[in-house]
Amino acid sequence: MNKKVLIFVIFIFSLFQVSFSNAGENGDLKLKKEKNEHYEINDCFEKVNRGIFGFNQALDKVIFKPLAKGYRMFPQPIRSGTSNALNNLSNVVTIPNNILQGQLKDAGINSARFLINTTLGIAGIFDVASYYGLNKKDKEDYGQTLGVWGAGPGCYFILPVLGPSTVRDSVGSLVNIIGGDAWYNVTIANDTQYFSEADYYASRALSGIDFRAKNIESFNSLEKNSVDLYASVRSLYLQDRTRKIGNIDKTTETLSDDDWEELDSK
Amino acid sequence: MRIIKLSALVILVFSLSLNAFAKDPSSLINEIVDEAASVLSSNDPVESKIIKLNTIAERSVDINGIGMYTLGKYRKSITDDQKSKYQKLFRSYFLKSFSSRLVDYTNPRINVVSQKKINDKYTIVNSILEATSKRPQVKIDWRIYTKNPERPLIRDLIVEGLSLARTQKEEFNSIIQNNDGDINALFKTLEEFLIK
Repeated sequence: MNKKVLIFVIFIFSLFQVSFSNAGENGDLKLKKEKNEHYEINDCFEKVNRGIFGFNQALDKVIFKPLAKGYRMFPQPIRSGTSNALNNLSNVVTIPNNILQGQLKDAGINSARFLINTTLGIAGIFDVASYYGLNKKDKEDYGQTLGVWGAGPGCYFILPVLGPSTVRDSVGSLVNIIGGDAWYNVTIANDTQYFSEADYYASRALSGIDFRAKNIESFNSLEKNSVDLYASVRSLYLQDRTRKIGNIDKTTETLSDDDWEELDSK
Repeated sequence: MRIIKLSALVILVFSLSLNAFAKDPSSLINEIVDEAASVLSSNDPVESKIIKLNTIAERSVDINGIGMYTLGKYRKSITDDQKSKYQKLFRSYFLKSFSSRLVDYTNPRINVVSQKKINDKYTIVNSILEATSKRPQVKIDWRIYTKNPERPLIRDLIVEGLSLARTQKEEFNSIIQNNDGDINALFKTLEEFLIK
């Protein structure tokens, strides 16, 4: 690990420590795992975050949105095939996280899906596994695993280009580059004759464009109707992570009724 | 004996009539989805579509309830005058953003798949917005306020697990908080949005 990465890791861990100690003081910051309870927003560097958010928005306008619109012009089967292949590749991170979270059945299903789709589905382009009744499961990552293990989100912040994150989710992402992501290991960490670094970066860029292309209208609508876009994106990101960490699919289990109840009692 | 029979009859008729007027939350969603789809797929000018969509929203959404919810902790500290001003502003804001979000869809296909009663006051209706060539299928859940069973009202839309009411609340609270708790900052922001 080079010196810069090490310094970054120490910085991130120090923030994590801060968030844990704060959680101990007011009990708010730790993600509450009980049903019907919610996170508290801990936007430690809001001013800086808003600046980076503005930068990312400008970047999106000039680069990502036009690329996403261009990508949309490809025929649907090509886009579906690309999306399937990228989803298939994400299994190399999802499967170890399934195991770490104790989801052994899901780990088995995802492993079988990965094997079938990589071979019969030609590098994951075709979702043959679904045809055999092995339906797609939610993606998992190391940030979610840390959450499942009880780690609070810590400070919320915006990363340049990459977008919203929390201390916990950034630590999770670091695990990918220290051996937790098999795709990273065979493309960048180890010099194999089959893949190059470019393959990794291309797959990451394509994932971003694919996601952006699927959400062009939603993002437009959000931009148009938000009175504080930064706060909306923060809320949506944190809600999404809470739901994913809780591995909750049903709305009735994700919503806090507290505010509504209080409203009704007036 | 006659009085008992008569009383029983009155109770029976009363309970039957109550059931007859009680509206199933799923039916409410089916009705408004059909109505909105017919407005959106018509050849009416955009202005006319917006008026019709707003009429549907005013009839089926608890705008005042959502407005108070989105104020969060600040609803406890506002005066009656501020409350009344906020409710007017929120109603206009809600209707403008509601119709603006919908009017871009030409023919959305939403299918109600199930519903679950949480308690006497709330039922969650689960639906699916069908996929198009541009976007994947989207799960939409509706929080229906059923305190008055004859007139169920929508209080929240949960899109792929993300609550719009909660997002709105955190957005408004961020504005107030960044202006030292001054609710007038929110009024100003909403006024600016309305004249945009």
